[in-house]
Amino acid sequence: MVRGISYQGVFRRALADSFRKLDPRVQYRNPVMFVVEIGTLVTLIMSIAPGIFGHAAPGARGYDVLVTVILIVTLLFANFAEALAEGRGRAQAESLRRTRTETVAHRIDERGQRLGDVPASQLQKGDFARVEAGELIPADGEIVRGVASIDESAITGESAPVIREAGGDFSSVTGGTRVLSDWIEMRVEQEPGKSFLDRMIALVEGAERQKSPNELALTVLLAALTLIFLIVIDTLPPMAGYLHANLSVATLIALLVCLIPTTIGALLSAIGIAGMDRVIRFNIIAKSGRAVEAAGDVDTLILDKTGTITLGNRMADAFLAMPQVSYEDMVHAALLASEHDETPEGKSIVVLAEREGQKVAPGELEGANPIVFSAETRRSGVVLGSGREISKGAVDVIRRMAEKAGTPIPPELDAVTERIARSGGTPLGVIEDGKVLGVIHLKDIIKPGMQDRFAALRRMGIHTIMVTGDNPLTAATIAREAGVDDFIAEAKPEDKMRRIREEQAEGRLVAMTGDGTNDAPALAQADVGLAMNSGTSAAKEAGNMVDLDSDPTKLIEVVSIGKQLLITRGAITTFSIANDVAKYFAIIPAMFVTAVPALEALNVMHLTSPQSAILSALIFNALIIPALIPLALRGVRYRPMGATRMLQRNILVYGLGGVVLPFIGIKLIDLALTALGLARI
Amino acid sequence: MTFQGLLGDALFLLVLTFAAVPVGRYMYRVFEGQPTFLDRVMGKLEHGIFRLAGIDPEQGMDWRAYAMAFLLSNLVMAVLVYLILMFQQDLPLNPAHLGPVAPTTVFNTVASFITNTNWQVYSPEQTLSNLSEFALEFLQFTTPAAGIVVAIAFVRGFVAGRQDLGNYYRDLVRAMTRILLPITFVAAIALIALGVPDSLSGPAIAHTITGATQVIARAPVAGFEAIKQLGTNGGGIFNVNSAHPFENPGPLTNLIEEFLMALLPMALVFTFGHYIKNRRQAWIIYGVTMTLLVVLLLVAYSSEAAGNPLVHRLLGVAGPNWEGKETRFGISGSTLFATVTTAFTTGAVNTMHDSLMPLGGFVTLFQMMLNTVFGGDGAGLLNILMFVVISVFVTGLMVGRTPELFGKKIEVREVTAAAAAMLVHPFIVLGATALALATAAGRAGVFNPAYHGLSEVVYAFASPAANNGSAFAGLGAASPFYAISTGIVVLLGRYVSMLLMLYIAGSLLSKKTVPASTGTLRTDTWTFGWIYLGIVLIVGALTFFPVLALGPIAEQLAMLAGKVF
Repeated sequence: MVRGISYQGVFRRALADSFRKLDPRVQYRNPVMFVVEIGTLVTLIMSIAPGIFGHAAPGARGYDVLVTVILIVTLLFANFAEALAEGRGRAQAESLRRTRTETVAHRIDERGQRLGDVPASQLQKGDFARVEAGELIPADGEIVRGVASIDESAITGESAPVIREAGGDFSSVTGGTRVLSDWIEMRVEQEPGKSFLDRMIALVEGAERQKSPNELALTVLLAALTLIFLIVIDTLPPMAGYLHANLSVATLIALLVCLIPTTIGALLSAIGIAGMDRVIRFNIIAKSGRAVEAAGDVDTLILDKTGTITLGNRMADAFLAMPQVSYEDMVHAALLASEHDETPEGKSIVVLAEREGQKVAPGELEGANPIVFSAETRRSGVVLGSGREISKGAVDVIRRMAEKAGTPIPPELDAVTERIARSGGTPLGVIEDGKVLGVIHLKDIIKPGMQDRFAALRRMGIHTIMVTGDNPLTAATIAREAGVDDFIAEAKPEDKMRRIREEQAEGRLVAMTGDGTNDAPALAQADVGLAMNSGTSAAKEAGNMVDLDSDPTKLIEVVSIGKQLLITRGAITTFSIANDVAKYFAIIPAMFVTAVPALEALNVMHLTSPQSAILSALIFNALIIPALIPLALRGVRYRPMGATRMLQRNILVYGLGGVVLPFIGIKLIDLALTALGLARI
Repeated sequence: MTFQGLLGDALFLLVLTFAAVPVGRYMYRVFEGQPTFLDRVMGKLEHGIFRLAGIDPEQGMDWRAYAMAFLLSNLVMAVLVYLILMFQQDLPLNPAHLGPVAPTTVFNTVASFITNTNWQVYSPEQTLSNLSEFALEFLQFTTPAAGIVVAIAFVRGFVAGRQDLGNYYRDLVRAMTRILLPITFVAAIALIALGVPDSLSGPAIAHTITGATQVIARAPVAGFEAIKQLGTNGGGIFNVNSAHPFENPGPLTNLIEEFLMALLPMALVFTFGHYIKNRRQAWIIYGVTMTLLVVLLLVAYSSEAAGNPLVHRLLGVAGPNWEGKETRFGISGSTLFATVTTAFTTGAVNTMHDSLMPLGGFVTLFQMMLNTVFGGDGAGLLNILMFVVISVFVTGLMVGRTPELFGKKIEVREVTAAAAAMLVHPFIVLGATALALATAAGRAGVFNPAYHGLSEVVYAFASPAANNGSAFAGLGAASPFYAISTGIVVLLGRYVSMLLMLYIAGSLLSKKTVPASTGTLRTDTWTFGWIYLGIVLIVGALTFFPVLALGPIAEQLAMLAGKVF
């Protein structure tokens, strides 16, 4: 959405923030890293004043200093991960803020009388304002008069202007966007400081960031694990004392830090921030992290047919001439009737007719008068210079025209019409001077790639429902072709609402998209409501996400991002816990090497010295954090597949991998320490 | 290890499983009020009890009411038994004229029996009157019943469309009249037939050929013995527990007792399967838990059968470790008993656990630390399901959905309570052990040096914490320090986690059941089963690895290295 962010700047800023975040008032919010910080403080004090916690072994100071340094680095790595994730959002917020320059609003009253200019920030909800071409729109609102083309690139990043007009579903305007041509008069719909842009800035900046329920639950579990290991470590000295083993405080802290889930503790908030960030980069504004997570849980997806599953328009697919009419004549008539028709349907008839070898002869359309489509006549066509009148329109309209002209209606008409309807198409009759020539088969065109996406959704276990105003026959055909699981035909707005309630009553989570004012209640009722930015402000207010590109199919991506967010958390948690096995095998024999020499048998990695074993485990523990930052920010790759298969795959990679990798990593670090001569200080 | 020994173990587990499946189904029917063959006899009795007590058995309870009823009934029973024990010298049924019991012993005993632990710091036949024994036997019926019904209430939290957790009193009464009493009755008669005495007379006086006089303690052993095992109680009438020839005369009674210990905890897994309408789930939990049990049993059996290499070197003959074992049970009968009693946290012993090889001791200790190898009546299933909740939460995230268990979402409240419940066990085992080793009063009770001494102390807290009750011996457990500390540990070990689990059940009950889809993590698969086992082992191992390394593992490694103490 916001381009041109200097990532080098973000990086440098995050580096500085890593130190700033060492402040315990910041750290205490993360129980795992807070424990590390306290441990660091203790080893730091011992490094400065050895013997403060009892007798200090000679030569222990160098070791204490090393432990302290590694612990500080661990903390910095964790802070860096969070700062980096935050920094990306902050950079975006800053570039957004630049668009929120102070503008002047021309206040008017309800009837359009000028009331004078005020700064935009003083506009109250319910005020009216006029915006001329070239000016910035001062606040979020609804157009009450006028039509204008508007450049919304400041918030959507899309440079092509959009048309907004009073009345209908395209009447909302956003503060900070620019009127390119014409003028509008608008009613302000937001209190100052609560505009869409303000909220967007707060959102990407993370100012409103609260832990999502799932993140909270995970934090609790991590705190519990940290507590368990605190108990383990705290109870160790008396037990060791009984065996006359003396444990150094630094070693105990090193073991504690290795055991508590620092990897996930360090990366948890970065994962959450990055998840929101991914949504934003998809040009979707989620009002909360909770909404993104809920998207991952969605069981049922309710999608409008038109514009989402099918292209907005139908296309001519075939010409079906009546028995007494030659195919060429019928196609030619259809071509003539559509030559002036600028609608996509009309154009598609021309294209198909030309493909069938028909061409408008030179001069044939001279003096022709087009018959423009209107909602009343429900037909369009042409009156040629020769006086021939050719029309195309709904079959019942054509039938009535033939009846009026007193010409016999071919009995095949019904059969053909029925067949087209049954196949999911729309029949369009063609009539020349009261004589029915044939029927054009208009077909709904399913957007390319939709079948694959619905197949993917099915693999995710998501039930899809298509909503359409079509009759059940047509709806069933399109649903089958697109691969949608279910449909609501001849749907009225309240049908959507009813279906959402039904699904929710059965315990399912429902997602839907919408843009119209009458979608607002359903958007609010759905667990995930994705409103289109092109839609009304009522719809945008009701949904918990807004798609700036107004592309309803993006709901599918949001679901993936939500899932990815949870998977990443679960994977790194599993990895973090699995790591402990190897760390134990490194540290326990090392701790007790003098008092319980028999435990040397557990030193399966054959680490050089007890000190090197402990330092290697601790260094591994620190290094794994930056190593996993890219994974935390990018998220674990999500591919739609059954839950059990996905679990098998992830447990293999992150569970088993988490057990094996540290054995290798710790051994390598030990070799490096030995080579550097640090194994025996 | 002998072929007969292994065959015996295999047959035992097979017979046990064959019995547990129908008993599990039967228990489901009992608690859901479906017709069973005992309706005619017991229905009237229950009706009378409810009338007498003024209980409306159909009144459903939410988790708070259920928990309150559970606590209140436990408190009343504890006070009653406490008074009987405190004043036994003035009360009837005291044929041996046994005097007053030390107050710390009474506290420890009541705490230990009310929690289904039966940790005994006294020598029963020399301390308790018949009335006191009956009072404890009363608790041996009611406490497993309470454990079972709390587990049932928890499981009901998962049942779709339920509004309440059931009625505690109705469940408790039915658990006794339909499950514990009938099985105890049959088992006691079988034990009597096999030579277990059952008498209310005082001690028998025998005059030996050498002219000496022997005082032979007698008691209503058979009934006590049956419920002691069936209720995973473990508290014996005699100090040496099931090693005593009156409690456990021979191999056949030994097998019956092992069978009784394991029957209900295993059956409850299948009862659970009926409740959630997913028997496959029950078989998965059974399967992975059974695998763990078999592996640990083989470790124990092989180490006992192999014997001590140091002794072999001294004597010049190799053979199994017979120290502390009864020859009438053999190596196989002793290790199976030791494994079963710690897996199903009963606490009865027929062999001296202190004399087990280091690895044998490790097995008994480790099972109580895990506390999920089937576990005790009700408490075991609760612990298993607590770890299932934790496993579902961690791994469920990896399929990209808010984790669900049997259709109910696992969220902050459930995770918080489950994590707190998970904390209790390590906290009381390690905390109390450290306290004992850090204080002079604690260290004074340890009779063995070095690693073995450490094992003795850890065992002395792991056993009460797991509500097992078996003793490792070698520890002056009757001292006020140990009597009070283990008394507190048993109480925390039972009530904290049970209340937290009831809280989870209450929270789950209010949630809608989400229908499963292909995106839902299925827990009734072997994949999940092994993951669950992995989490239990990793969390259990990570928590207790240091102390195990310093205790039995160090002892084993030292033994292999030829070191003696």
